[in-house]
Amino acid sequence: MEQPYAIEMLNITKRFPGIVANDNITIQLKKGEIHALLGENGAGKSTLMSVLFGLYQPEEGKIRKDGKDVKIENPNDANDLGIGMVHQHFKLVECFSVLDNIILGVEPNKLGFLNKAEARKKVTELSEKYGLHINPDALIEDITVGMQQRTEILKMLYRDNEILIFDEPTAVLTPQEITELMQIMKNLAAEGKSILFISHKLGEIMSVADRCSVLRKGKYIGTVNIADTSAEELSAMMVGRNVNFHVHKEEAKPGKVVLDVQNLTVASNLHKNDAVKNVSFKVREGEIVCVAGIDGNGQTELVYALTGLEAAAGGRIELLGQDITNLSIRKRNDMGISHIPEDRHKHGLVLDYSLEDNMILKRYYEPEFSGKFGIMNKANIRKYAERLIEQYDVRSGQGAATTARSMSGGNQQKAIIAREIDKNPELLIAVQPTRGLDVGAIEYIHKQLVAQRDAGKAVLLVSLELDEVMDVPDRILVMHQGEIVGEFDPKNVTQEELGLYMAGAKKDKVEA
Amino acid sequence: MKKNFLKNSIVQSILTSLICIVLGMIIGFIVLLFINPAGAAEAIISVAKNFLTYNSANMQLKYLGNTLVKTAPLLMCALSVLFSYKVGLFNIGAAGQYVVGACACLYAALAWKWSWLPCMLLAVLAGAVFGAISGILKSYFNVNEVISGIMLNWIGLYSTNMILSNVKEAASPYTYQLTAAGEQALLPTLGLGALFNKNQYVGLALPLSVLMAVLIWAILAKTKFGYELKATGFNKNAAKYSGMAEKRNIILTLVIGGALAGLGGSLLYQTGYEQWQCTHSSLPAMGFNGIAAAFLGGLNPIGTIFSSFFIQHITAGGAYVDKTMYCSQISDLISAIIVYLCGFVGFFKYAMNSRIEKSEAKAAAKEMGKEAAAENKKGGKE
Ligand SMILES: Nc1ncnc2c1ncn2[C@@H]1O[C@H](COP(=O)(O)OP(=O)(O)OP(=O)(O)O)[C@@H](O)[C@H]1O
Ligand SMILES: [Mg+2]
Repeated sequence: MEQPYAIEMLNITKRFPGIVANDNITIQLKKGEIHALLGENGAGKSTLMSVLFGLYQPEEGKIRKDGKDVKIENPNDANDLGIGMVHQHFKLVECFSVLDNIILGVEPNKLGFLNKAEARKKVTELSEKYGLHINPDALIEDITVGMQQRTEILKMLYRDNEILIFDEPTAVLTPQEITELMQIMKNLAAEGKSILFISHKLGEIMSVADRCSVLRKGKYIGTVNIADTSAEELSAMMVGRNVNFHVHKEEAKPGKVVLDVQNLTVASNLHKNDAVKNVSFKVREGEIVCVAGIDGNGQTELVYALTGLEAAAGGRIELLGQDITNLSIRKRNDMGISHIPEDRHKHGLVLDYSLEDNMILKRYYEPEFSGKFGIMNKANIRKYAERLIEQYDVRSGQGAATTARSMSGGNQQKAIIAREIDKNPELLIAVQPTRGLDVGAIEYIHKQLVAQRDAGKAVLLVSLELDEVMDVPDRILVMHQGEIVGEFDPKNVTQEELGLYMAGAKKDKVEA
Repeated sequence: MKKNFLKNSIVQSILTSLICIVLGMIIGFIVLLFINPAGAAEAIISVAKNFLTYNSANMQLKYLGNTLVKTAPLLMCALSVLFSYKVGLFNIGAAGQYVVGACACLYAALAWKWSWLPCMLLAVLAGAVFGAISGILKSYFNVNEVISGIMLNWIGLYSTNMILSNVKEAASPYTYQLTAAGEQALLPTLGLGALFNKNQYVGLALPLSVLMAVLIWAILAKTKFGYELKATGFNKNAAKYSGMAEKRNIILTLVIGGALAGLGGSLLYQTGYEQWQCTHSSLPAMGFNGIAAAFLGGLNPIGTIFSSFFIQHITAGGAYVDKTMYCSQISDLISAIIVYLCGFVGFFKYAMNSRIEKSEAKAAAKEMGKEAAAENKKGGKE
C-alpha cells in the first residue's frame, strides 16, 4: 500500500525555559499537498518547523518520513532526508553573490576545485523552470527582499529537497511578489513536492493551501480541509474568538498641521536618480495619512529623511511649525516623533539585549531610568517594562528578562510597537506596523493607531498591504518612483483604482 | 527551577579560561619535547612556577612583587582592549598607545623634571590623543581601526625612540635611570614595597590599576554610557535609530581606550623598574598581551585582573627555563604559545555551550513536565 504521508510529526513536545513552545503536537503532511500552519504570534509554529529541520531537538515525540521513523539531529540530517526550509528571517551571507549563497555548503567541485560553471547551469535551469527570476551575480546586500527570498527557495531546490518549509514567506513581500510566490508554490506542489507553509494571512491560505493545521499557545487545535472552511472559521479557531477584520472608526476631525513636508528630495543609495523627488504633503493632528505604493518607490527613503536616519538632499521638514530638516535623531525623538521601523532586526531591536533593555531604547536617558552620574535605575526599568508587557500583551518565555533574540517574530514586533506608542508622540510614523502579526494582533494594532488619532495625534502610516491601506487611514497618498502621484479619500476609491496609480499607469497633480 | 551550574556564564568563563591555560601548557610541553626531551618537564615546571622557583620566602615575595609590577600595565592594556571591544572595536592600537604613554611620562620626568602626577596625566593624555586619531579616522573617514591602529603603533614606536634619545645615557641606548635623574616622578610606594620584602618598585600602580578595572566594570554594567556603548557594539543601526551619537561614541571609546593604555605606560615606567631602550625596533609585547589577557579574562573587567596576573606570571616564568638546554628565545616562545591559546576562550565557550544545551534541555523538560502537569490539573479547560 502506498504511504500517503511524506512527513509525520507525532506528539511533538518542545520546551524552552519558562514556556512549552510545542505541547504534544501532531501534524501529517501528505505527498504533493500544500499544508498551511496557522497560529497566533508565539503559538510555536517556527519552533515546530525548526524541530523538523533539525535545529531543535524535541523532548518528546517522533518524526516519520514515508512511514519510517527518522532521527533529525541537525540541518544536515534534514537535508539528507530532502527537507529544506526558508526561515522567517533569512539566513543569507550578505556580502556573497546569489549564486555563492545557493551553492554554499554543497559546492560542486572537480578534484577539490570549485566548479561554478556547472552550478550556474543548474541554478539557471531551476530558475527558468519555476519562474524564479534572479541575477546570480548580484550581491545579497544589494537586492530586494523578494529576490533574497527567491534565492532561499532556489537554495532548497538546488539541494533537490522534496519537502519544503516556508516560514512566513509573504510577510516581507509586496502584493505582486506574493502573487508570484503563490504561483511558484502551486507549481512546486504540482511537481510532487510537499509544502509546509506558515502565514498569518488567511486570504493566502485560502487561495493556495489544501489543508490547514491550527496551533494555539503551543497546543494543537485541529486540521481542516480548506475546501470546507472559511477565513472567519480559521481565525476563530486560531484566536478562540471572532475577529473583526474591519476597523471601526468615527469620522476624523483633523486639527492643526503637525508634519509639514515641503519639496523634500532624498538621494538614493541604490541608483543615481533621487529616491524621493520634490515631495510635499501635510499630516494634521487627529488624522491617519497612509503612504501607499509598491515597495521600493521611495517610501523607505522618505521615512529615513523624516526620522533623521538619512539626510535630506533638498526641501524642508517642519514639525509643529519648527524646522527639523537638519536636527539630530535624538532631538526629533524628543520633539515627539515615534518611529516603528520597517526592519525590526536592523533598526528596531538590539537582539542581544533583554526585552526590558529594549523597551527603554528610546528613553534610557530620561531621569526615570538613569539618575545621578548616569547610573541606570534597574528597578524602574523593570517596572516600566513589565507594565508595557502587560498592557500590550507581549509574550515571551521569561518576561522582562528574556533575550529579545529568543522571542517569536510577532512578539518582537509588538514590543517595538509598545515602546513607540507609549512614548506618547505628537507624530507616529508606522512603517508596516503589522508585518508578521496574527489577525488578533493586527486588529489590536489598528485600534491603537485609531486611538492615537482620536487622542489628537498625527499618524503617518506606510503600508504595502492593500487591505490595510483601504481600511485604516483617513487619507491615502500614493507614491510612485519617488513622487506622490495621487491623493485619495479611502471611501471614494477602489483597490483597482489605487493599483493603477501604484503601477504608474495614472497620475494626478497633487497639491500639498 | 534548578539551574545547571555550568550554564552560569561566570562559571563558564572561568572554566574555559582554565581549559585554555592547561592546553597551552600541554602544547608548550610538546614543543619543548621536540627540541630537547631531557629538560622539557623541568622547563615547563619552571615556567609555571615563576617566582616560586626560589626557596626562601623572602625571595619569593620579592619576585612576586616584580611580577605584580608588570601586571599593572598589562591590566591597563587589557582594559583598553576590552573596553573598545564592547563597542565592537578592535583596539590593536593599544600597543602604540601604551608606548606613547611611556614616552610622554619619561620625557616629562627626565627633561622637564615634572613630578609624578603631572607625568602620569601627560601619559594618559598622549594615549588618549592616539586613541582619538583612530576614532576620528574611523567615524569620519571610515578607516578601519585595526589598520590605523597598526600604523599608529609604528609611528608611536619610532617617535618615542627619537624623542627619548634626547634623555638617554651617553654610553648606552637606555634612557636615564628614573631613580637617579627623575626621582620626583617615581610613583608613591604607599609603603606597599615593605610587604614584598622591600621591593621598591611595588606601589601605587597596583591598587590604581585594580581600581580602574572596577571602574570600567561599573561603567559598562551600571551606567547610561555603558548601555549606549554596548548597544552600539551589538547593533549600531539600532543605536543610531534610537538617537545615540554613534560617531561621538566611537571616538569617545577609543579616547578612553587610549587613555587606559597610556596610563599603562606610566604605571610601568614611573616605577623605575625599566628604562626605555631607544633602539627598540619592535613594539613591547605589553599591548598585544593585553589582547590575550582581555579574552582570557572572559572580556570581563574583573576577570581581566586575574588573567593579566596569570599572563604576566608565565611571561616572567619563561625567564627561568634552563638556557643550557634551550636557546634563550625559548622562554618567549613558551609563554607566547600559552598566551596564543588564551585567545581561544570564545571557541571553547561555544563548544561547551552546545554540549550543555542538549543535556540541559532534557533536565528542564523533566522539571517543566511536572509543573505543567500540576497546572493542567488546576486550570482545567479555558
Ligand atoms: N531559542 C529560544 N529560546 C527560548 N524561547 C524560545 C526560543 N525560540 C522560541 N522561544 C519561545 O517559544 C515560543 C514560540 O515561539 P515561535 O517562534 O515558535 O512562535 P511563532 O508561532 O513562530 O510566532 P510568530 O508568528 O510570532 O513568528 C515563544 O514564546 C518564544 O518566546
Ligand atoms: Mg515564527
